[in-house]
Amino acid sequence: MVETFEPKTDYKVVGTRPIRHDGYDKVTGRAIYGGDMKLPGLIWGVLVRSPHAHANIKSINTSAAEASEGVMAIVTGADMPEAPSKLVDLGEGNVNFKWASNKLMAGDKVLYHGHPVAAIAAVDRHHAEEAARKVVVEYEVLPSVTNVTDAMSDDAPVILPDLVGDDLGEEITNTNIAEHMRHEFGDVEAAFAAAAHTIEREYNMEMVHQGYIEPHNATAVWDEEDRIKIWTSTQGSFNARTQVAGILQIDVSRVKVTPLEIGGGFGGKIPIYLEPVAALLAKKSGRPVKMVMERSAVFETTGPTPGGRMVIKLGADANGILTAATADIWFEAGAYPGALIGPAAMCIYAPYEIANTRIDGWDVVVNKPKTAPYRAPGSPQVAFAMESAVNELCEEAGWDSLKFRMDNSSREGTRRGDGVLFGKVGMDEVLEATKASAHWNSPLGDASAGKKRGRGIASGYWFNIGLKSAANLAVVSDGTVILTEGSTDIGGSRVAMAMHVAEVLGIDAHDVRPSVVDTESVGFTDVTGGSRTTYATGYACWIAANNLVDELKKRVAILWDINEDDVDFNDGAFSSKAEAEKTIRFKELAGKLGDLGGPATSTGSVDLESAGDGFGLHIADVEIDTATGKTDVIRYTVVQDVGTAIHPSYVDGQLQGGAVQGIGWALNEEYYMTDDGVMANSSYLDYRMPTFLDLPMIGTEIVEVPNPLHPYGVRGVGETPICPPIGALANAIQNAIGTRLYNTPMNAGSILEALK
Amino acid sequence: MTTNSPSKVHVTTTINGQQHELLVPPYMSLLDTLRELIGLTGTKEGCLDGNCGACTVSLDGRIVDSCLVLGAEVDGKNVDTVEGMATPEGLHPLQQAFLEEAALQCGICTPGILVAAKGLLDNEPSPSEGRIRHWLAGNLCRCTGYDKIVRAVQKASS
Repeated sequence: MVETFEPKTDYKVVGTRPIRHDGYDKVTGRAIYGGDMKLPGLIWGVLVRSPHAHANIKSINTSAAEASEGVMAIVTGADMPEAPSKLVDLGEGNVNFKWASNKLMAGDKVLYHGHPVAAIAAVDRHHAEEAARKVVVEYEVLPSVTNVTDAMSDDAPVILPDLVGDDLGEEITNTNIAEHMRHEFGDVEAAFAAAAHTIEREYNMEMVHQGYIEPHNATAVWDEEDRIKIWTSTQGSFNARTQVAGILQIDVSRVKVTPLEIGGGFGGKIPIYLEPVAALLAKKSGRPVKMVMERSAVFETTGPTPGGRMVIKLGADANGILTAATADIWFEAGAYPGALIGPAAMCIYAPYEIANTRIDGWDVVVNKPKTAPYRAPGSPQVAFAMESAVNELCEEAGWDSLKFRMDNSSREGTRRGDGVLFGKVGMDEVLEATKASAHWNSPLGDASAGKKRGRGIASGYWFNIGLKSAANLAVVSDGTVILTEGSTDIGGSRVAMAMHVAEVLGIDAHDVRPSVVDTESVGFTDVTGGSRTTYATGYACWIAANNLVDELKKRVAILWDINEDDVDFNDGAFSSKAEAEKTIRFKELAGKLGDLGGPATSTGSVDLESAGDGFGLHIADVEIDTATGKTDVIRYTVVQDVGTAIHPSYVDGQLQGGAVQGIGWALNEEYYMTDDGVMANSSYLDYRMPTFLDLPMIGTEIVEVPNPLHPYGVRGVGETPICPPIGALANAIQNAIGTRLYNTPMNAGSILEALK
Repeated sequence: MTTNSPSKVHVTTTINGQQHELLVPPYMSLLDTLRELIGLTGTKEGCLDGNCGACTVSLDGRIVDSCLVLGAEVDGKNVDTVEGMATPEGLHPLQQAFLEEAALQCGICTPGILVAAKGLLDNEPSPSEGRIRHWLAGNLCRCTGYDKIVRAVQKASS
């Protein structure tokens, strides 16, 4: 039985905005990120990468590199331990160790441009780079495929000869299709036959990158007991430990991962790329080895999230009620399976109640880097298609698109596209808040000469995950509490964890000192991802704090020589049930613990199924220059149900940051591939993420419909906000220029085309 | 085949007000000179091609991407990094405003943005929102959407 909680409003700490504990180190430059790691005797490792997207490796000659000055070790695919083909669940996606190993060091074949073929460690980075240029690799270039349509054609080169695909439960071989899955409910054909209005459209999207500013990095050293120690920037140190052990084929107990500060991830630092290679170089050289990935390689070989092709069909009755929907989704997995079509299917219809639905999804292998989760993986793509189709249906039928969304909204008991029934959700509250918002009720204003303005809305959804977390507490004699936890802090989560504890103990958030610790200092904790950290690790902190209260009641019982069942705890004070005037506050008690049984500690751990569904709706105003095709976002508002906002500033930040990533995805970002499968824009200059100058202030409307599954009502927050922007901007652009765009990016060139 | 180590360049430079005498390899960037030779790792590497601004430092009062400057070039010059912003008396008003306004999430871009913003406020104490956005356009942040950073710079303005 899942425990549920009644909403409260009289919090002392929850809902306040204390300064984050790690903030001082981060504004003074003292915080140690992965790339800042130093160890005595440290040497540097670099990778040699394939210039081809698909080729057989005929030979690798490292003799000149070995003789190069300062070189201490060289590793090629032949040095990689043979990992079995076995799927392991890593929270936001599964990993097959054979493919995970092959991804970070090619065997006899390269599958994407930039695929590592060798690694070199030398006394410093410069000498390692010099030596890397001397590795001679002979390739036999093979035809490559870089989009789903080509990859599924009959004459497509088969990228993974040992891939056994799953076509609706049937095994298929000699294919690039890793999976074809389906969810179907109701009678779709009958519903379309009876529909008064239908629409069917195709949408195409290019891959995009998470774009974190900190490149991937890893430092590795073996100790005297033949155990490997890793320091890295990761979204999950325990997840990294699992991957390192699986790829190196050693027991997890022989891997210790210490997470250093992480410079962004957004899902892209759940997979690992360098750690096992650094470990092998460290083994061969007998030295600690550090690797920091170059930016072009970050684009070319890590992270991207799938592009693909989507066909959506919607049917509605004469009253504007959705009755039927179908979707066919083909996503690019990259060079190995795992395009996360499952989450896409879970999200596509989520904001709407639709009786008859079908979703077919295909996970297609192509000669591009293996995709990784990116903030609500799979959901922004399908939201673009769905929200565009919904608006186009409304335009054709003459319906108001906000009213249409209200008339068809999801609520408790609505069935999601994959069959799951919603619990308490806040979609109606989000729609009401949108309707009442200042932005929605403000005029669009007149465009300046040569420009056109438009407004668009779109909704978005992420299910949010729970999973496993652990936390430890220890009381210090001055009345502070040390909190150790395992969720790497990408965006201010330490302070949210401390607030969970402080609220229970009735102390200040700054009297709790949170630390993110290594894999040998706290219980297993899943990744910082899936919008789970504040929900699940916060929940574990709440349990630990309550366990600490129970422990302290025993000490109060010793102090007053009464039974521990006769000790009460309220608002930070222990009291005697028998003598109400007998009280002692937490801080005072902390100083007496030495004589009351010694140090007081506690733990909390959770394994949670769901984090409570998150719905949002965005309003975008654009101004388009009809001469250049350039789109300026002139006003933007995010409305989202967050459950309860523990630290409203960081909730706000998640909403704003997610929205802006979505704006970049919508308007400009893409993997621009040459015919040979080479990414032609693998620098920040050419990839062109949004800058300060490209954006307005991002308004937020935080809606709080407390989640009954969390003690304070938290829902996941971070991922939902990247889902609506692409659709909102497509709808705003249509509103401005009268023409609809069906492909991303909706850049100046495609807008000029549309204006012709 | 082995090559001989290139000879190093003798550099005397003032970093955060303190004089340093260094032997810098001729190929080494100012970024690596700070991080590897001096140990000032507050200046971050993001792209090594001058497009992200994470490595922004002040060179004789002008903000530069330290990945695009050679260590050998700073002989006789003043270099100021994020580590030089706070004093024993406390944080710089920009640092304090960044904390209060929650203007950082992961924090990797923060040192570069703080140095760049200080470069603006040192010359223009009360910049407009547009001026702040224009000045900081060379510093990428992927977490915040920039809103709270602009607010923090405004808060630190007089």
